[in-house]
Amino acid sequence: MNAPSPATQRHVFSVLVNDEPGVLARVIGLFSGRGYNIESLAVAIVDAERSLSRITVVSIGTPQILEQIEAQLNRIVPVRKVVDLTRQGATVEREMALVKVNGSGASRMEALKVAEAAHAKAKDASPEAFIFEITGTAGEIDNFINLMKPLGLIETVRSGVLGLARGNKTV
Amino acid sequence: MRMTGAEIIIKALRDQGVEIIFGYPGGAVLPIYDALFKQNDIRHILVRQEGGAVHAAEGYARSTGKVGCVLVTSGPGATNAVTGLTDALLDSIPIVCLTGQVPTHLIGNDAFQECDTTGITRPCTKHNWLVKTPDQLARVMHEAFHIAGSGRPGPVVIDIPKDVQLAEGDYVPPSMVEHPLYQPKTVGDEKAVQRAVELIADAERPLFYTGGGVINSGRRACETLQKLVKATGYPITSTLMGLGAYPSTDGQYLGMVGMHGSYESNLSMYNCDVMINIGARFDDRVTGKLSEFSPKSKKIHVDIDASSINKTVVVDVPIIGDAGTVLDQILKEWQAKGHRPDKEALSKWWSQINQWRARKSFSYKKSDKIIKPQYALERLRDLTRGHDTYFTTEVGQHQMWAAQFLELNEPHRWMTSGGLGTMGYGLPAAIGVQLAHPKSLVIDVAGEASILMNIQEMSTAVQHQLPVKVFIINNQWMGMVRQWQELIHGGRYSQSYTAALPDFVKLAEAFGGIGMRAETPAELDGVIKEMMKTDKPTIVDVCVDQKENCYPMIPGGRAHYEMILGDDQDISTATPDEGLVLV
Ligand SMILES: Cc1ncc(C[n+]2csc(CCOP(=O)(O)OP(=O)(O)O)c2C)c(N)n1
Ligand SMILES: [Mg+2]
Repeated sequence: MNAPSPATQRHVFSVLVNDEPGVLARVIGLFSGRGYNIESLAVAIVDAERSLSRITVVSIGTPQILEQIEAQLNRIVPVRKVVDLTRQGATVEREMALVKVNGSGASRMEALKVAEAAHAKAKDASPEAFIFEITGTAGEIDNFINLMKPLGLIETVRSGVLGLARGNKTV
Repeated sequence: MRMTGAEIIIKALRDQGVEIIFGYPGGAVLPIYDALFKQNDIRHILVRQEGGAVHAAEGYARSTGKVGCVLVTSGPGATNAVTGLTDALLDSIPIVCLTGQVPTHLIGNDAFQECDTTGITRPCTKHNWLVKTPDQLARVMHEAFHIAGSGRPGPVVIDIPKDVQLAEGDYVPPSMVEHPLYQPKTVGDEKAVQRAVELIADAERPLFYTGGGVINSGRRACETLQKLVKATGYPITSTLMGLGAYPSTDGQYLGMVGMHGSYESNLSMYNCDVMINIGARFDDRVTGKLSEFSPKSKKIHVDIDASSINKTVVVDVPIIGDAGTVLDQILKEWQAKGHRPDKEALSKWWSQINQWRARKSFSYKKSDKIIKPQYALERLRDLTRGHDTYFTTEVGQHQMWAAQFLELNEPHRWMTSGGLGTMGYGLPAAIGVQLAHPKSLVIDVAGEASILMNIQEMSTAVQHQLPVKVFIINNQWMGMVRQWQELIHGGRYSQSYTAALPDFVKLAEAFGGIGMRAETPAELDGVIKEMMKTDKPTIVDVCVDQKENCYPMIPGGRAHYEMILGDDQDISTATPDEGLVLV
């Protein structure tokens, strides 16, 4: 991914969509077709009764591009609401990762210590490897993964960023 | 009410007021064709290639303000429609396109004539649907018309598997379908309108810059525009898509703006202090070099599509709303506040504009031996004056000359492919226009290269007895390509000569139409007059000067004040390095 140039900013968008076939393709196609960045993407149904899905997408761009992203998302018919969480104010941002680390040999104890310090939980432990679950900001997860690298990082999977506005504000 | 999917489709079309549908049959739409066969309300126009169907529907839509309808089969039928859909998307033309699809149980199996129609058309439609049960069909049909025709209009696709066409489902009428998801905002924010009117009133060098949005908004919007322009006394220019919204013969009209627009309109854009953009989108053909676009002006931008605001040009007063509604609001506010234009400033501005105007940037070297393309258009303009005429165009130099020279005093009478620049648009579009206006004179201003891209539609015109006229400005070159090769490729004419041209007179006759030719200026008037009288599809082959280029021109990467005006100037150095990559 390109490093953000000074004029660009990182924004988290919440997109409420009708849960219908193709809706995710429309959203992603918009980003690829217009050359916008996708830093992270997370999507799931949040209200099955109202067939509502919520997409959290993180993008990097100039203020003009970020404004365009919001406007372009709003043109998609099954999009019910778009909120630029970052522009709107303080948010809670969390991401989860599962991190598989070598569990054999001398680094075994060290891996457990690092995990404990980072509040990561071992979800699987075998003589050969651990799977740690860690939840935090994207930066905290980056840090954790970097610490695990010298100890024998095997595999990583990340959920993508989720975000909610602080206080009682809703989308 | 229970009926088959195919019957639901026909009933929905009828309830939506559809009178004409353009299409081409195939295996995956046979049930719909069968249902069409059994009724008489909707007229089906058989085209000769599905691309022609969409352009014809575009011509129909643009000349009536109604939604155009298309019916094509799966696979190749759908893919052939893609160019037209993209064209309609870029020019904001309302189209409902029905595509057949393989039966639901075969979707995803690479079945015969299967393609991922909704996937392929997703980026070239405003919205699309794959309807998997007949019970959804009526609702989707009504929603499709709502979405295509409201807000910023555009094309939509409904993909209908063959089993859904044959199975029974319930019909619901339009009145029972709500559209909670798509309700575009039409009324402009009052505060923004007030700020806009203050800016307009305080302007010293104002300019109205209007686009296709005014025409899409309708006749009333055009009338209000005219009232506002008259009330202010300000100059007005138009994009290619907006031609006709304001009468081109009026003294306050400066001619088209942009790459091949008039000197006075482009210099006014550069020098104005308040720009009032109504329904135009700061397209790159209009702005030229973005960093030098109208640097001294405060900009008002009225657009129904919020994503048009600040997309390329950052504006001072955005107003999201329907052009006609917002024009009404602006005019009302202007009158309520009792505004008067600043007479002194305005007369200074006009005298500056008139100096630019005196440059007569559309002028060309006349000849009595060879037909100059501009002369052909001037004669076409003069001889059709006072007639009930609609013009369509193909794409190239002839299109730009048509935009420069024709008189367009009313909306809906100018059909051209602006955003996509689709060669082959004009003839099928003319067919659509002629169907909507059977008694009118419908002329496709064509190039000899473009016309060959959809020449098969002559057969459609003959079958349906549509006396469209194809007025070919035949320079034996892809003139616009050749012009760019002179500009930026050292005059190396790579593949731009249209060799092995057919004899267009014989070609017209072979189709069952009428063919004519004009080779000298002396013959031209007679041929045009003859053409205007024919009652059959007619091709006029106007043999024009092969070397003429289209001026004025803002080369890629140049600013408005850097227009080149022709006059024997060496154009090979006119494009800056950073302009070479531009199209
Ligand atoms: C479908 C399509 N292919 C290619 C082009 C690129 N193009 C633009 S103008 C032009 C030449 C058109 O030639 P002609 O129709 O003879 O018009 P002229 O410029 O000579 O008036 C071409 C090839 C296009 N606009 N559309
Ligand atoms: Mg030509």
